[in-house]
Amino acid sequence: MFKIFEPGRIFVITSKAHKYVMFLFVFVICIGLLEALIFSRVHYKQGDSVRIMYVHVPAAWISLGIFSSITFLSLTGYIFKNKNFFLISKSLAPSGLVFNIVALVTGSIWGKPTWGTWWAWDARITSMLILALFYLMYLIAWRIYEDKEQVLKITTIITILGIINVPIIKYSVDWWNTLHQPASINILSKSSIHSSMLFPLIIMTAAFALFSMLIFLMKYNTELIKIKNKGLDRL
Amino acid sequence: MITEILQMNGYGLYVWSSFLFTFVSFTTLYVITKIQYTKEKKKFMSKYGALDSKKAEVARSQTINKEILSSSQSI
Repeated sequence: MFKIFEPGRIFVITSKAHKYVMFLFVFVICIGLLEALIFSRVHYKQGDSVRIMYVHVPAAWISLGIFSSITFLSLTGYIFKNKNFFLISKSLAPSGLVFNIVALVTGSIWGKPTWGTWWAWDARITSMLILALFYLMYLIAWRIYEDKEQVLKITTIITILGIINVPIIKYSVDWWNTLHQPASINILSKSSIHSSMLFPLIIMTAAFALFSMLIFLMKYNTELIKIKNKGLDRL
Repeated sequence: MITEILQMNGYGLYVWSSFLFTFVSFTTLYVITKIQYTKEKKKFMSKYGALDSKKAEVARSQTINKEILSSSQSI
């Protein structure tokens, strides 16, 4: 059923793909930075500080997306006993954590000129911090547990517990009174964000997605070579 | 114009520090990942080099090993 996910087949692609992804990332990020820092309009209320949105929002989106993917892959891998799914999850996690940290730090920097404070125990900020802790727990679990079966079980449990937090992050602005504004971008209904701001936001999101893809490819290849190194010892 | 872009009507420090932090985080993650990748590839090459011809042939028959060997020629 999962023959297309065989490491041998994937490695043929991933060992070559990262060079092209790197090239594409540099190209897209250059356009994104020009749009975000120079060409995009200034917000009528927030002024130029709104430009922080172009790194803060994509970082938050991608960190949430990566955690959801990790959970899905871990769960599928656990149900169908496919270890390659765990390898993909493990390779995705470092970039997810970095995006989470970027979202928290840039959010904190944005908070100072907008809300007058670097940090507030606001529902969304707190839930994003909890997500970072789940990422940390996930990565630490891979480092500390030697037994393979045990690490697969524990990392799956961590992701299942962590995924409960994802809808909380998404709907925290609707469920509680928070400093964050409600969502400006809706897939199903009309977005309230102006198109002049939406365009750079999409470009930066694409660039960040490409960067996470690049890190994933390199990390996945590293993990596969590690396994092959052990295989050579056994020969 | 350059001063305007740098100052950003008084928000320059916040905007540039956000972008700089993102850039530094990305670069650090990329460098660490690249170092690990190169290290594992080199380890593979040295282990493969230490194999006798029979074992080397067995190792080379596997797709992933073949790919690592062909891509390692560039490092």
